[in-house]
Amino acid sequence: MRKAIFKKNQVLPGFGLTMGYTTLYLSILVLLPLSMILLYTAQMGWEDFWDTVLDPRVVASYKLSFGASLAAGLINAIFGVLLAWVLVRYSFPGKKIIDGLVDLPFALPTAVAGIALTTVYAPNGWIGRLLDFKVAFTPIGVVIALTFIGLPFVVRMVQPVLQNLEKEVEEASSSLGASRFQTFRKIIFPELLPAALSGFTLAFARSLGEYGSVVFIAGNMPMKTEITPLLIMTKLEQYDYTGATAIATVMLVTSFILLFLINLIQWWTNRKFIH
Amino acid sequence: MAGNVPIQFSTVPQKQPAGTSDPKWVQWLLITIALAFLGLFLFLPLITVFIQAFAKGVNVYIEAITNPEALSAIKLTILVALIAIPLNAIFGIASAWAITKFQFRGKNILITLIDLPFAVSPVIAGLVFILLFGSRGLFGEWLFDNDIKIVFAVPGIVLATIFVTFPFVSRELIPLMQAQGTAEEEASITLGASGWKTFWYVTLPNIKWALLYGMILCNARAIGEFGAVSVVSGHIRGLTNTMPLHIEILYGEYQFAAAFAVASLMSLMAIFTLIIKSFLEWKAKKQISTEI
Repeated sequence: MRKAIFKKNQVLPGFGLTMGYTTLYLSILVLLPLSMILLYTAQMGWEDFWDTVLDPRVVASYKLSFGASLAAGLINAIFGVLLAWVLVRYSFPGKKIIDGLVDLPFALPTAVAGIALTTVYAPNGWIGRLLDFKVAFTPIGVVIALTFIGLPFVVRMVQPVLQNLEKEVEEASSSLGASRFQTFRKIIFPELLPAALSGFTLAFARSLGEYGSVVFIAGNMPMKTEITPLLIMTKLEQYDYTGATAIATVMLVTSFILLFLINLIQWWTNRKFIH
Repeated sequence: MAGNVPIQFSTVPQKQPAGTSDPKWVQWLLITIALAFLGLFLFLPLITVFIQAFAKGVNVYIEAITNPEALSAIKLTILVALIAIPLNAIFGIASAWAITKFQFRGKNILITLIDLPFAVSPVIAGLVFILLFGSRGLFGEWLFDNDIKIVFAVPGIVLATIFVTFPFVSRELIPLMQAQGTAEEEASITLGASGWKTFWYVTLPNIKWALLYGMILCNARAIGEFGAVSVVSGHIRGLTNTMPLHIEILYGEYQFAAAFAVASLMSLMAIFTLIIKSFLEWKAKKQISTEI
């Protein structure tokens, strides 16, 4: 079989050209630049490295970035499943337009989202003035910006799964006497879980690195509302290249672990469906 | 990771069998909650942009988007997108051809490497180019001696933009071309067509909607990129300011109406992107269903 595939593909031309171009372009524009992070970190001593990445101000930023991304991811997981459900199962006026607008966070520049959210949630903004606690310029503001950024991921992962779900299974469940809620919990929810989990992880990973939408609403107070990407920016502005690179290394390693987790979830899902 | 979710296809929704629909009040309750959530996080911010843009009147709005600094920011943003999108589109086609039409070792590693820029924070995407081309970077001295400016100049902005939008086109093309297989191209080659001819007349018509879709997403991100561009631009007014950076400066100077005026242009672009995106999804779906 393998031999047959190989032989068959010999017919098509262009392997050398396209493969060569792919590796060259990838190496120059992505791999070489990214390897600079490793190069710079390797030049640092261990002690310098740990001093930089475990500095209290930096650690406070990890806590904020992690905590806020987690909170935003969870909000999006819950409302993402709900939105996907409503968009697939129910019909209401304007559904098509709403469905299209869910992707707005992918299309709207992050800086625009940042200033708009800040204006809405600032103490004198439309929502801000209704609340008796501060939202903008606190960690809650960071969560709001990250919720906006991660909004489409869970919806778009869950929607196709929900559409492909066979209604007969639900019908069987209900005719065997299960209540609607039982059917959802025991039949539908387990099917949606892997997709929701992938969507959550994607949103979480995106949130960790997000910069544009957060810096406006966060207020950027050291130890309180400084996210990790902002600290890299601050170090760069002080020409502290090694410091910036050390923090970048921590972020990169975290991203790669998440990337690995996403692949693991997808592998687990595929295996579940193949049996 | 930080990108989009590729076009997903599903079967046509079936008719509702008994016992699978929710009571009306549950439906309306869930719809209301979902819409309230979207209202708080999507609609209100979007409406705010337009209301704030016109808060000081039409004259301020027009002044804000036609003054020389705004115009140069718009021009630079368009220029950067016009360089980055075609380059990434060509790369996307080449990589998808190599990956889907041939068998070789390490294919999965290559796909992961292409996706890598989505896993990297935009700030880091800017940082790496400072480390390469900055005054104390790897090529910094050589560039200085030869009087070439990359970082804090337009080439740096282009490089950072290419980096953050790198995977968009490949991501759309690889799954599609994988599904389409190689039979049609093989037939064309066997019948004597050249490789280029096969690509133009067989492959390209099959992938055109997905290609456009990838380019539209690439465009939206290229125009709106803030973090990466902010690191490498140096914020030189009228020279290295893109539209998002221009918005940041205006906002920082408390010129809210002007900042939102430029932001409203970008929001219109975003809405336009969503419309084209829906159209392309519909086209791609139709193409697939007529083939089956």
